[in-house]
Amino acid sequence: MTTVLRRLRSELFPTRGDGLLSIALLSLLALAGVGFLRWAFFQAQWLVIRANATLFAVGRYPAEQQWRLWLLVGLLAAATGLSWGVLRSHPRRDRTGRLWPRNDRVAVAVLVLAGLWGPWALGLPLHLQARWWGLLALLLLIRWLAGRHGRRLGPRGLRLVALIWPVLYLSGMVLISGGLGLVAVPPSEWGGLLLTLVEASFAILLCFPLGVLLALGRRSDLPLLRWGSVVYIEFIRGAPLITLLFLGQNILGFLLPGGLAPDRVWRAAWVLTFFAAAYLAEAVRAGLAAVPRGQFEAARSLGLSYPQALGKVVLPQAMRVALPAMVGQFISLLQDTTLLSLIGLMELLGTARTVMANPAFLGKNAEVYLTLAVLFWCCCAALGLGSRALERRLDPQTIPSAS
Amino acid sequence: MALRRSLLWPLTALLAVQLAGCAPEGGSGGVQSQKLATITGRGKLICGVDGKLPGFSFVGSDGQYSGLDVDVCKAVAAALFGDPGKVEYRDLNSSERFAALASGEVDLLSRNTTMTLSRDAAGGNGLSFAPTTFYDGQGVMTPANSGVKTLKDLAGKPICVESGTTTELNLADRMRELGVPYTPLKFQTGDQTYAAYLGGRCVAVTSDRSQLAAKRTSFPSPDQHILLPDVMSKEPLTPATVNADPAWADAVRWTVYGLMQAEELGITKANVAAKLAEAKANKNLADLRRFLGVEGDFGKQLGLPSDFVVRAVTAVGNYGEIFDRNVGPGSKLKLDRGVNRQWKDGGLIYSPPFR
Repeated sequence: MTTVLRRLRSELFPTRGDGLLSIALLSLLALAGVGFLRWAFFQAQWLVIRANATLFAVGRYPAEQQWRLWLLVGLLAAATGLSWGVLRSHPRRDRTGRLWPRNDRVAVAVLVLAGLWGPWALGLPLHLQARWWGLLALLLLIRWLAGRHGRRLGPRGLRLVALIWPVLYLSGMVLISGGLGLVAVPPSEWGGLLLTLVEASFAILLCFPLGVLLALGRRSDLPLLRWGSVVYIEFIRGAPLITLLFLGQNILGFLLPGGLAPDRVWRAAWVLTFFAAAYLAEAVRAGLAAVPRGQFEAARSLGLSYPQALGKVVLPQAMRVALPAMVGQFISLLQDTTLLSLIGLMELLGTARTVMANPAFLGKNAEVYLTLAVLFWCCCAALGLGSRALERRLDPQTIPSAS
Repeated sequence: MALRRSLLWPLTALLAVQLAGCAPEGGSGGVQSQKLATITGRGKLICGVDGKLPGFSFVGSDGQYSGLDVDVCKAVAAALFGDPGKVEYRDLNSSERFAALASGEVDLLSRNTTMTLSRDAAGGNGLSFAPTTFYDGQGVMTPANSGVKTLKDLAGKPICVESGTTTELNLADRMRELGVPYTPLKFQTGDQTYAAYLGGRCVAVTSDRSQLAAKRTSFPSPDQHILLPDVMSKEPLTPATVNADPAWADAVRWTVYGLMQAEELGITKANVAAKLAEAKANKNLADLRRFLGVEGDFGKQLGLPSDFVVRAVTAVGNYGEIFDRNVGPGSKLKLDRGVNRQWKDGGLIYSPPFR
């Protein structure tokens, strides 16, 4: 404690002038903080968020079909618990073998607090609050079970556990949109956080392979492939996303009349995908350029085929280099989904704008935008945390810990 | 070969449909409208709305669209299907609305669109406008206790206005016409403009009347601000369809007129069933019987069910009820009818005769 104090003192008050500056800045910060808190607790009217919580979460998704989304969240919670527990039960070289390292305890505390406080603060009816508690309990229970017994799985089991995510994604899409015996819910009725996440995850998942292919294409020796990739990347990078979105919404309707064009939601998702792929290709290309040519040549001379050398030697190294840039791209892609509100889709920002147009909640802009900012921050922070964990995991320099 | 054939068939079919659409209509009283056929085949109306405009179209907390523009969509859907819920709404921004209509992505544009020559003309946007559902225009708001009753009372006083807008130009033109000197206080954004007005830096603020009314609801004490009766510009907000399908445009036009005529005849959502029963019972009420589709073939001439007016009014009420509920005294906007009164009361709402 004293070291902290001493450090603070040496950093904030080394000379008289610095001390005065520090005091001035700190009091300014404190004033702003107090002003904000006073607004948040006494002036702000959070009814606009409470009354429209469902709208913000899922938009106009029909109420009688919302059980499908609850089921999806339940599956997500279970899968998260499972993966989390299994990962901890298999200590890697950068991990202590403890089942509940400090990070995890912090995460659990945050989850419990958010799971209890969030539904209460939103003023949800008790049975819905209880549903969130149940989901939280499910996550933690499976995390605990998987952590205890995950070791029995072995390497093949570990791979199977990883496989539940793509399966879950596909079945989640079916749950959301319907089909296979479920009532179809057209994309025009999706909205809020649901639509934002669907659009962002769709674009992120598809732009990745597309971006890698484009990057490889740009470095290819075949002129047609190389120039095709260059033209594509430079064309997309030369146009603002919003113009491409408008193009997708307006032109496709003329080219494919009579309801043949895909739904507006999917059109926007594809435009986002094609847009992000061009930027991602450049990040991957930077990664590829960072891998010494000798690596490829050595792999080839060892008898690996071209795809093998690329897939097993060059790309893994390139990905590691490109990862921070790629995650940056994903985060900005997530935020770019707000542009969809300009083409009339009801994603988070679009929902916010229609809520603010409700005569019952006119003028409550600050509350709505603040909520939006917090939601986006949470999503982006999750992406950032995930990427840093992945970076650590992929880093060959990670010192094996003594456990 | 097989591939070519599989490609050819849909093309031929498409061509046939196009030709059928272009075929001259017979004068038999039946209606051939490609759009109407498409809509009835689809089983729902696709309606383009703004989606973010207080009083006109927004999504309520229950996830349902509501507003004056939305009620027009509901009325047309009810006239077609007897069910105001058979509408799919598309939120359109102002730049894509006409493209969405022209490409057939929406059947009906009910999105606070001002009717103008260039939008109507075949050489312009090529729209076909239904009757105007809301006569908006630039207005002036002032504190109720300011003593200002007309524009002339604003002589020599500061007026808050957003800079670089047509609003600013209209104000200048109108005040010059009236010979009233005033001091414009210009601001970059709407928020700044209203903050200055509320802060007492000017005695009046000007913008479109529906905008002013919407802003007023978010003021600390909305009752203490009034809209002057003067209207400085013409913004007739009007539903629109494409020019290419006059039969569909007529169906929309007369459904909207039906709402207005219903108000003139005193037919409301509450008493429409009673009026219908009355018309059915009494053969002497020929006008009413024709209007409500008990006799005659008005519906058939339009390609609509004969009782389309009854269906529309049952679903959303007459024009006056729609106005009151969404932007009038029954809403938070509390706009008075102004020029949107019935013609008998000195307004502009006037339905041609149903005969």
